[in-house]
Formats: sequence, C-alpha cells, structure tokens
Amino acid sequence: MFEKALSGDRRYWGWIFFLLLIMGTGFIFYIKQLNYGLGITGMSRDISWGLYIAQFTFLVGVAASAVMLVIPYYLHDYKKFGKIIIFGEFLAISAVIMCLMFVFVDMGQPMRAMNMILYPTPNSIMFWDMVVLNGYLLLNLIIGWTTLSAERNELPPPKWVKPLIYISIPWAISIHTVTAFLYAGLPGRHLWLTAIMAPRFLASAFASGPALLIILCLTVKRISSFDPGKEAIQTLGKIVTYAVIINLFFFVLELFTAFYSKIPGHMHPFQYLFFGIEGHGKLIPWMWTAFILSIMAIILLINPNMRENENILIVSAVLVFISTWIDKGMGLVIGGFIPNPFEEIIEYSPTVPEVLITLGVWATGLLIITVLYKIAVSIKEKTV
Amino acid sequence: MSYESKANRRQFLKILGFSTLSGLGSIPAIWALTPQFAIRNLQSEKRWAMVVDMKKFRTEEDYKKCIDACHTIHNVPDFGNPKDEVKWIWKMPYRNTFPEQEDEYISDGVKQMPFMVLCNHCKNPPCVRVCPTKATFKRIDGIVQMDYHRCIGCRFCMAACPYGSRSFNFREPRPFIKEKNPEYPTRTRGVVEKCNFCEERLSKGLSPACVEACKDNKALIFGDLNDPDSEVRKVLESNYTIRRKPELGTQPGVYYIV
Amino acid sequence: MYNGSKIIVGLIVFAGIVTFPFIYNLGKVNAKPEPKIDTPVIQQLKEKNCIESKEFMKANHMQLLNKWRDMVVRNGKRVYVNSKGEKYEISLQNTCLKCHSNKKEFCDECHNYMSVKTHCWNCHLESKG
Repeated sequence: MFEKALSGDRRYWGWIFFLLLIMGTGFIFYIKQLNYGLGITGMSRDISWGLYIAQFTFLVGVAASAVMLVIPYYLHDYKKFGKIIIFGEFLAISAVIMCLMFVFVDMGQPMRAMNMILYPTPNSIMFWDMVVLNGYLLLNLIIGWTTLSAERNELPPPKWVKPLIYISIPWAISIHTVTAFLYAGLPGRHLWLTAIMAPRFLASAFASGPALLIILCLTVKRISSFDPGKEAIQTLGKIVTYAVIINLFFFVLELFTAFYSKIPGHMHPFQYLFFGIEGHGKLIPWMWTAFILSIMAIILLINPNMRENENILIVSAVLVFISTWIDKGMGLVIGGFIPNPFEEIIEYSPTVPEVLITLGVWATGLLIITVLYKIAVSIKEKTV
Repeated sequence: MSYESKANRRQFLKILGFSTLSGLGSIPAIWALTPQFAIRNLQSEKRWAMVVDMKKFRTEEDYKKCIDACHTIHNVPDFGNPKDEVKWIWKMPYRNTFPEQEDEYISDGVKQMPFMVLCNHCKNPPCVRVCPTKATFKRIDGIVQMDYHRCIGCRFCMAACPYGSRSFNFREPRPFIKEKNPEYPTRTRGVVEKCNFCEERLSKGLSPACVEACKDNKALIFGDLNDPDSEVRKVLESNYTIRRKPELGTQPGVYYIV
Repeated sequence: MYNGSKIIVGLIVFAGIVTFPFIYNLGKVNAKPEPKIDTPVIQQLKEKNCIESKEFMKANHMQLLNKWRDMVVRNGKRVYVNSKGEKYEISLQNTCLKCHSNKKEFCDECHNYMSVKTHCWNCHLESKG
C-alpha cells in the first residue's frame, strides 16, 4: 500500500520536501550533539531533563488518545467513528515513534541503548515504559495495517485482529499511566509526588490527542475528497471539551492541596511557575498563556453552537493543543526540577541546537503522519 | 505479478520479520539462562557510613582540603560553569542542606554555615530503584555504586535523587581535568557520576580520601555501622546527629553533628 | 526484461559502489601488525610472562577484561587468580598497563589493522610514555 504515498500533487511533494529539510537540519545538529555532548542543550546539573523529555511526555499522551476512538467504536459499536478510526491509530504510531526518538536523542550514551534489553530491570519504571511503548507501537502497526488492507480489498478484517484491538485499549491507558509513574514515584520532587499524576496525564492526553485529531481530520477534509463525517468530528469535540474541563479541574485540585496545606515544598513549584521566586520567572508568561488559552478553549467548546461551527472548533482545538503542550511539557517537566533539592532556583531555557533537533523529530513525526494518512485517504477515497 | 505470488512474498516477509524479532527477543532469555560466572561476593555485611562533624569545619581551608582530595584522585573535571558542573563532594549553606528546617529565628551565622554534602549512600536509595540498566546498584556493604560501563545516560537517577548528589557529564571531561591521576580512570561524556565512598581505597584498607585529608581534626568520621565498636557508632552514640530529609525514608548513610 | 536497460545499468552502478573500497585498495600492501612488548617494565622482568599465556590473551583478552570489569565494579572483588595460581590485582590501568605501557605500539597495532574501535580509552587512562 506504500505506493499510495508516492503519488501526489505539487503541494504534497512540497510539504514532504519541507519536512525532509527540517529533518536533515535536526539530524546534522544531532551529530553535533553526539560529538559535543548533551551540554549543547540548555540542560544542567539541576535541570537534568529538558525539552526532549518534555516532548516525550506530551507525545505519549497524544499516542494514548487513539483509545478515545477505539473504545466507542469497538466496544460500544459507535459506527460514526468507523471512517476515522484508522487516523487515530496512525496518529498513535507517529506519536509513539516520536516519543522513542525523543528518548533516544536525550540519552547520554545512545550506543548503549541495548543495555536496557540486555539487563532488564523490572523495578525500574523506565524499563516498563520501554516495554509498553514498543508494544503499543507494534499493536497499532499490526491493527492499523491489517484493517486498512482489509478495507482496501473490501473485506472485513481477519478475526485475529479483534483480540489485539481489545488488548490495545488497556494498553493505551497503560502507556500513559507508566509514563506518569516515571514522575509520580520520585520522593524528592514535590510537584510530581502526587497520586493524581496519572489521572492528570490521562485527562491532558484525552484533551490534546483528540484535539490534534480534529485538526488533522479537518485538514484532510480540506485537501482531499475524503469526508470524516460531521458527527465523528462533533463527538471528538465533545470528548475534548470534557477532557479539558477535567484537566483544569485536576489542576485546581493540585493547587488546593498545595496552598491549603501551605507546605512550602508543595507550594514552591507553583509559585515559581506562575509568579516567580526571587526574581526568577522565565516560565511565567508560558504558564499564564497556557492557562488563558485553556479558559478560552473551554468557553469556545462548551457552547454547542460554537462547537458545531467547524471553523471555531478547529480554533479551539489549536488552543487546547498549545495549552496542553505548554502545561505538560514545560510546566510539568521543567517545573518539577525547580526549586532543586537544595531549594535553589536554577532556570532553564533550550538552546538553538536543542530546538532544531526537537523540530527535526517533530518533522519526522509529521512525515510519518503525512505518509500514513496519504495511504489511508487514498484507500478510503476509492472505497467510499 | 499474480495475486498468489504477492501473497507468498508477503508471507515470506512476515515470517522473516517475526523470526528476526524472536531472535532478538531471545537475547535476554538466553543471557538469563546462561550460567553466569559464579562470582562470590567477598564484601561482608558491612554498612559503610560517615559522620560529618560540622563543629570541626571552621576555615575555608577545612572544606577545600576534603573537596580537593576527592576531586583530584578521582579525576573529577572542573568545567568552570555551574551548568556543566560535576562535583562529588562540595559545600552548601545550612538553609539549603536542610531546607525543611526553615525558621526565621535561626541565626544568620547558622543559616549561612556551609555543610559538606555528598552522596548519602542511602539504605533505601530511590536512584537504584529507578535505574533501567542496574548501572547504579547497591553493594552488600552499603555503598551505592556506579557502573560507568553500563550507564546509558538517561539521567533518571538524577531526577530520583532527593539530595541532588549526582552529576552528569554534559561534555567531554578530559580537557577539564587539571592533573590526571594515572591510577584511576576518568569518565566519558554521557554518563552520570557521584561519590563512591572511595571503594577502591576501602578495598585496600584505606579510608576515603576526604576522611584522610582531614584526619588531623577528625572532621569526617568514617566506618562500619554494623560494627558496634567502630568509631562511627561511638560518635553516633555520644552525639546528637541529623540526616538530610529523613522523612523520605531513604535512610541516608551520612550523619551531621551540627 | 521490463525496464531491462535501467535495471542492468543500476546493477552495474551498485556493484561498482559496493566493491569500490576493495578496488581502491588493490595493490596496496597492508603491513602485518607487530605489537611491541619491549617496554621498560617488561624488559626488567625476569620471566616475561603476562598474567596468562600469549595464545590465551590473543584470543580472550576482551572476555577477560569484561569478566574483570564485572568482578571489580559489580562485586568489589579485586584479586584475580590466574591459571597458574598466581594472584594479580585486577586493574586495566594499574596491572595491564604497568607492563604494556606502550598503547600505540601494542594495543593499537592490531586494533587499527582490524579496524576495531576500542572504547576503553574514553575513560581508562593510557600510561604516559
């Protein structure tokens, strides 16, 4: 079916070429990073995880969100999702590959990556993260490819796909729970040591993923003759609405625990993020932007008249995506390291090479989405 | 190409892919089943620990000689900037070492008093729990050891350590080591490092370098907690000591006499 | 053959690219590696023996070093008893390199010839001189 991705108009090839350019730049800077060391990034002894792991954390959520299509369609027979379910699965594939790439570029000794497999360590959550992410990738590859091939041949998919699909549902929840466990079990980091880290992750995932899916599906609708269906998009919009509200609610819960208990260790990260401490406040504009965009998105989404207008819906989806990206990426990952274990404030900002490598990975993910979506759209355009 | 030969080619590719995956996936299984070189652990059930007697640290020189002793014999690089900094033992003011003891009525003198901080070699170390390759592990004598050969540089241990004891080699360290000690290796970029309680000296019956450097005034006392006659035990019995962040349950092995 | 001319031309180009390294080096003679063991420390030894026999070391030095690495770093065991019952301190820098202090004329001779990149020296220090 790959041949479907090799035929396209000038716009298509222009886009592919543009992505390849960004990927190439990212690759060159990655070689520089390999030669110099991770010091080429903005990370330091105190902020030992930065932009790369922030992207990884955010994208695991996007990947998990495919389950929001699978559950209604396969478990509850919600036929309206039938046309777009493949797009959810393909988005998951691309997001997981981006996650793995971000982890890879973040490693200090990537040539030793096999050590995680040669010396399996079940007490380490990172080991399990590797297992579940790769397993999820494999599941989505098999499910997506098989169902799409079946659709192309105008046949029902083979029976053995069903159990795999059912497995993918708890598996999707697990990838994000395990990633949340990376953070939630560390005793020294007060921003992360909370039981609702996993629920927060899931809420934010179910907001950002379907939001991205809305954007992608409406884009597909605009540039091809494939129509995902108005109801499917609307249901996605409803899912995003609930998820964004729950995400904000969880955030308020965290604020309450921190500021009613008045335990300094709990309050300090939030104080740093939103008000700054001792004059340090690089993340303040980011956090308030995320907060305001989130409120704006809720206002736009909560009114059904506005939600039904696909132009407004795509705007609110973009707002949701950006605000969850800031909140989960920078807010959570970098905020967790500030203040450091000595209650000092050391700040972080990414460097140019770091940003270019990040963009390179994003471009790779977008390339994968483009190729896979092109295949899916070509097949669906014919069989519709 | 007929439909049949397409199907055969696909079947072939599927079988090829599946067998490659099984082949690769069987590596850990085979490895686990192969009899490992039977290495008897010769460390007895010690529990190495240190007591820092802050009353004995008066001048700048008192701190410096301990820090320099450690950093020179272990080829610890000096990058000259806090971003890339690598340190195994250093000093931190009281209010940063014990931030939970926040109190506006403690004298400024105490608040600013620099404390020697290093890896606490916890009994219950979160860093060991999270390491995905067992590159950091707990020896039977209590030392939390680093295996620089195995570390993949994921820095999960740095996130897990509640004490900020660990450093990462963000850059190639060799150009920044003033005088290399030929008897000890350096590290390379991309691995995490930290104090190792001078295990290479302990194996020869010597005390750690920092302890040796201040043996005149016994500012650092080192010994085996499991030996009731050891100096550490005696000091702990006769002095009130505090440890960093005890509420986290890590059971640190570094005690402070304030 | 469908598209025959393109395929044959492509195959010739491919064969050319793949065999280029061999064609380029035709006629050039690569000297056999000759690791030198005439360091000052070795010259002063009465019996010029390594901790194991030359044949053993040639075949197994990497396996031995890996075993040593795990013995020291992971188990804290620093004494190696060789096949003759002699005891040695396990240390690349302080035992092996005490005698073989000439990395460039010893280790590098064979490794360069075989194009084997040794990563030991990223961390372990070569002896001076």
